[in-house]
Amino acid sequence: MTVNLTLIVLLAAFFAAGIYLLLERSLTRVLLGLILLGNGANILMLAMSGGSGRSPLYIPGTPAEDYADSLPQALILTAIVITFAVTAFMLGIIYRSWVLGREDDVQDDPEDRRVADQDSYDWEDDADVVAETSEFFDEDAPAERTGATAYDGAATREVRTARGDDDAAAGSRRQGDAL
Amino acid sequence: MIAADLAPLAIVLPFLGAAVTFLLIRHSRAQRAVSISTLSVTLIIEVVMLLAAPSTGTHAVRLGGWEPPFGIVLVVDQFSALMLVVSSAISLAVLIYAAGQGMADGDEDGPVSIFHPTYLILVAGVSNAFLTGDLFNLYVGFEILLTASYVLMTLGGTAPRIRAGVTYVVVSVVSSMLFLISIAMIYGATGTVNMADLAVKLETLDPATQLVLHLMLLVAFGIKAAVFPLSFWLPDSYPTAPAPVTAVFAGLLTKVGVYAMVRVETLLFPGDRINSLLMVVALLTMVVGILGALAQSDIKRLLSFTLVSHIGYMVFGLAISSRIGLGAAVYYVAHHITVQTSLFLVTGLIERRGGTANVDRLGGLAKLSPLLGVLFFVPAMNLAGIPPFSGFLGKLGLIQAGVELGTPLAFVLVAGGVLTSLLTLLVMARVWNRAFWRSPADAEDPDPILLASKADGSSVGTSRHVTGEDSGRFAGKDPVTLLPRTMTGPTIGLVGLGLALTLLAGPLFALSDDAAQEMLDRTPYIEAVLGPGAGA
Repeated sequence: MTVNLTLIVLLAAFFAAGIYLLLERSLTRVLLGLILLGNGANILMLAMSGGSGRSPLYIPGTPAEDYADSLPQALILTAIVITFAVTAFMLGIIYRSWVLGREDDVQDDPEDRRVADQDSYDWEDDADVVAETSEFFDEDAPAERTGATAYDGAATREVRTARGDDDAAAGSRRQGDAL
Repeated sequence: MIAADLAPLAIVLPFLGAAVTFLLIRHSRAQRAVSISTLSVTLIIEVVMLLAAPSTGTHAVRLGGWEPPFGIVLVVDQFSALMLVVSSAISLAVLIYAAGQGMADGDEDGPVSIFHPTYLILVAGVSNAFLTGDLFNLYVGFEILLTASYVLMTLGGTAPRIRAGVTYVVVSVVSSMLFLISIAMIYGATGTVNMADLAVKLETLDPATQLVLHLMLLVAFGIKAAVFPLSFWLPDSYPTAPAPVTAVFAGLLTKVGVYAMVRVETLLFPGDRINSLLMVVALLTMVVGILGALAQSDIKRLLSFTLVSHIGYMVFGLAISSRIGLGAAVYYVAHHITVQTSLFLVTGLIERRGGTANVDRLGGLAKLSPLLGVLFFVPAMNLAGIPPFSGFLGKLGLIQAGVELGTPLAFVLVAGGVLTSLLTLLVMARVWNRAFWRSPADAEDPDPILLASKADGSSVGTSRHVTGEDSGRFAGKDPVTLLPRTMTGPTIGLVGLGLALTLLAGPLFALSDDAAQEMLDRTPYIEAVLGPGAGA
């Protein structure tokens, strides 16, 4: 198999620039990086197809080695179409991201931040178990039931205030996040 | 004419359905009817193929009559037939669920009418990936399903979905690029992209070259399958999509990656060259994934982490690569697709009933809706691997395979598997304790519907109509059903399918065992494509 040096140099440049752009935080540059990577992959496919040759039209008497390998060209064509579709879609969501938040950057996941910030102490898992008395209320009587729920809530609040200043602060912060 | 010759229909029918539903974009009722009937017919064809698969063995369909290795072939063996049936069954259930959600909410002509065509294209892509016997066609299959998944992921174009969609699209495109680059290099080394032909020709290459090609393919598929450390993107992007979309992604997309990894390991690069590496990766995937799940309070995110964690079990079976290990992995894939999808569907119902998927804000669901309690409890215990559910049987098979191998690393892996199973139980118990068992009044900032009571003081039941003034969520709409039958029905069906995997464990394990043997032998596959004598 012959190797075309120009193609190798070209695809190395494409891959290097593509990966560099992919690591940027701006979405437009990420997209440009993806396009370069896609083109690099296509050039690699071309480089792998062997030397150049005749077009694949059947001419009697021509030895098989004289023809260029046409399969990689078909593969490249498919890959180009796919990259084209994905690029169009990416442009769409980048524009949408701009319309929604005037942001062209990769955004942080707020839930990730919240989980990372949360306290390792969890009052339901880690607090002392309180004696639960509400289950002895008569569940069938509707009037009693609403009373029981109210009592239940009050008891819970009592437990929450009783669990120390640090945890109360953590609790209020969590409530703040929820709002 | 044998049943396996119907294989192209599994791809063509969803595509045709997609075209028709796209034309019917203004008629949502007709759209629903077309897409549901298309998938039903596809499922029936695939069941026929699966039933015939043990007797016909591996069978190749030549597309367009081109002789392999030049043309594209579709290969039906027991593994691919089983995957097709399971994937179509859950796709159908999720489709009915999604259609039910649309009907219950009354958004008849919203922008979501693009859902049906895109969904059918996704199914076609998945079927193509399972069936193809051509490496480049596998790439095309991946691209079909990924492009459809980009659209589904960003459905509606809200800010959180766009944010998650960007991560998802970029990561998926990079993995596809890696796959394309590996295909280019494999073509350069062997001059073919037909998988059976590759199985013969790759063996003749220099071992170092083989290793490079092997690892490149594994990295590309590892990103799609969300194997640690390539799994970072999954819990970030899946939870923001609509509930049915997350459910079908969780069930199918990672498993297509696992399927491709199985084919790479058994057909293209057999032997135990990198099995130790795979074992370490499997262990890390299981343990790191489940530790991530422990930290979450949002059920969807938590389930995404358990999804990553349980991919580790499949890699576990693949790394053992004995007949029993691989057979258990095949069974585990079928089990996990069903259970994970049903859990995500139930989470959609929880979100609908309780207004949120955050366990801190939920409570009392077991009493408010016992049906929801059962629907969550059964697959949760199934996932954790409690006997007699299918999760237990799959894990048992994997552990047996690990012990049979008997190396120190295999025992570490067995211990990791048991620990992960235990931690999964802990994670599920936490969700159960908070969302289902405690009183709604204990929840932080609960949704009004969770606390809503009727005039006589009793709480709002399962499928009671809630009028606008009961809650801000459904304000301004006609009375909606909280848990409509069209949504609970498919969920019940999937939970039942999960239970059926236990009842049918005997024949299913026999099937997956046979499938594993077929894959380890390799000759049936190669001879089915290239003709008798080629695999010798």
